Amino acid sequence: MSRTLDLNIKHLTRVEGHGNIVVNVKDGRLERCELEIVEAPRFFEAMLKGRSFHETAIITSRICGICSLGHQITSLKATEEALGLEVSEQTVLLRKLLIDGATLQSNILHTYFLAAPDFFGTTDAFKLIPTNKDVVLRALRMKRLANDIGDIVSGRAVHPITPVPGGFTKLPSESELRAIRQRLIDEGRPDMEATVDTIASVLDAVPDFTRETEYISLSHSDEYAFYDGDIFSSDTGATEVSNYRDMTNEFVVPHSTSKHCKHARESYMVGALARWNNNHTRLSEQALRVAQRLSLKPNCYNPFMNTVAQVVECYHCIEDSIAIIDTLLERGIKDEKPNQQPTRYGRGVGATEVPRGILYHEYEYDRKGNIVSADCVIPTGQNLANIDHDMKKLVPEIIDQPKEMIAKQLEMLVRAYDPCISCSVHVLNVQFIGD
Amino acid sequence: MKSAQTTPEKPKIAFFDFTSCEGCQLNKLNLENELLDILQHVELVEFREAMDGKADFYDIAFIEGSLSTPTCINRIHDIRRRSNILVALGACASIGGINSMKNLQPIETVRETVYGDEKYRFPTLPAMPVSAVVKVDYEIRGCPMSIPEFLHVLKALLMGKTPSKPDAAVCVECKLRENECLYDRGIVCLGPITLGGCEAICPSFGQFCTGCRGLVPNPNKNAMVDILTQNGLSLEEARKRFLLFNSYNAEGKSIT
Repeated sequence: MSRTLDLNIKHLTRVEGHGNIVVNVKDGRLERCELEIVEAPRFFEAMLKGRSFHETAIITSRICGICSLGHQITSLKATEEALGLEVSEQTVLLRKLLIDGATLQSNILHTYFLAAPDFFGTTDAFKLIPTNKDVVLRALRMKRLANDIGDIVSGRAVHPITPVPGGFTKLPSESELRAIRQRLIDEGRPDMEATVDTIASVLDAVPDFTRETEYISLSHSDEYAFYDGDIFSSDTGATEVSNYRDMTNEFVVPHSTSKHCKHARESYMVGALARWNNNHTRLSEQALRVAQRLSLKPNCYNPFMNTVAQVVECYHCIEDSIAIIDTLLERGIKDEKPNQQPTRYGRGVGATEVPRGILYHEYEYDRKGNIVSADCVIPTGQNLANIDHDMKKLVPEIIDQPKEMIAKQLEMLVRAYDPCISCSVHVLNVQFIGD
Repeated sequence: MKSAQTTPEKPKIAFFDFTSCEGCQLNKLNLENELLDILQHVELVEFREAMDGKADFYDIAFIEGSLSTPTCINRIHDIRRRSNILVALGACASIGGINSMKNLQPIETVRETVYGDEKYRFPTLPAMPVSAVVKVDYEIRGCPMSIPEFLHVLKALLMGKTPSKPDAAVCVECKLRENECLYDRGIVCLGPITLGGCEAICPSFGQFCTGCRGLVPNPNKNAMVDILTQNGLSLEEARKRFLLFNSYNAEGKSIT
């Protein structure tokens, strides 16, 4: 096969942020195949320097609207670690509930609005209204339910208000929690079952492609890790969160305003599929049943199945939310004030599983509680090298197909990672003095 | 006054994102209960975050994000040329927002800190609101933009009316909601000088106002200084806090 092919897909649609796919094949030889990241850099590091610990999470939540809750919680954990602020069990439970809500919202948004149009062979979810109105309405209802968890617990789902260092500025009432619990049961579960039916009906549209890679996520012995745990690599095992730089090894590449990462191999994957491969035994029973129905098996090396892993997680988030609310109601909501009296000043790392994968924030504070230096490593940045390597394997396998089909499959591949390009480029990153 | 109804068919609406977190765009997908109703009255022709399509002309173009690269400048001129009405969405597009904090430091320093030796690979300019480069017909303030305000502006424009603009301070809206004043708890809140329209959402949830909607017209700066002094709080802290979202606006640097 001595085909020559030039593909340049500018400003890829249905992803968060600006990226181009560039492929050059000359006389059957793959010369170039990469995801260019052209998002405008925002220089968050410069913004954070000298800022009070009361303002850090307000700023870092603005790295990304879609991932604002994840950035906020990770930021608070890093600040609390650096300043020695203990938080209550109630705070941890409410944060876990917020993460369940945000993960459900983001996974539903990606599955229905960003990925599903490819499975249904259309350009956007709005085009499905005439033919599949029930599906669109269901997607909107599920998003609303997930966002309502955020609205009740954090004041608003985009750029949450109440989570601050040491706790919450306002707590949800028991009646609000009871009401949302009832909706999770009455709406959430049946809509989830219907979602599984919908996805099962389009599984044939998921391309058959595999490339085994290194999978990295948080991992916890007692739970499906989102809020807490050690870093776990499918190649090298567990390590403490404070060693995150040994895992990420960021480097600048010419075709991307976002840095790339690698660890044990040339690239690694983070996100729902990595979590599934590393932690599937700790999913709820219902989620495991759904995984079986959707042919998601451990270990899965098909990156296109990331969307299916997200659907499985949605069920887990619904069940976990109900369980957390039950615990909160059993104990009763205690009127606690945030603990904001630092017991030390120094460095702290926070790591959380956000919808797109493991997110790290690290800060150093001076004795006034102001930021000296900061570093964030974003899931999409960690996935970029892996996406490039997937494309390099995929293109030769499909090179005989028409150009449009190749383009479509490459777009689907990038979308399957649910990339958040704003996040990946809006990294704040500074070399610590003495490093 | 400009009307969105220049064509007999449904008005063509488009959303564009510049340097931002895309949270304002996401907030529109969060209009779950109203989204389908809105779509009956408009033709959504561009919304890259959610769809593939492109168009040549827009009755209403909504712009999210601030302008911070040479490419942004060319793109906004092109969009303005093809738009009847242009609306700035959210703090980044209307006042520069959080991006403009980088303007407080020399641009060379900012570049070097993030990209080191590769600093000239990615061109960057000081972050600007859209109105610094092209004419903006309407603004929807806030970080993120408020959903009720967006619906209010959209409905007015679709009916060919001029949307009313908020003009009272956040403090006024906060008093109407009978919240406990954050100054009584010793917290620096920017409510007295910040433009309302958000229904004082942050103070209502026990958090200080961050000034994300910019200055109220004719802010009473002396009163703000008095409140700070009476409560033993630092002017410097208030000034610094104001710069979170208002670094583009030179006025912000002289509130105290």
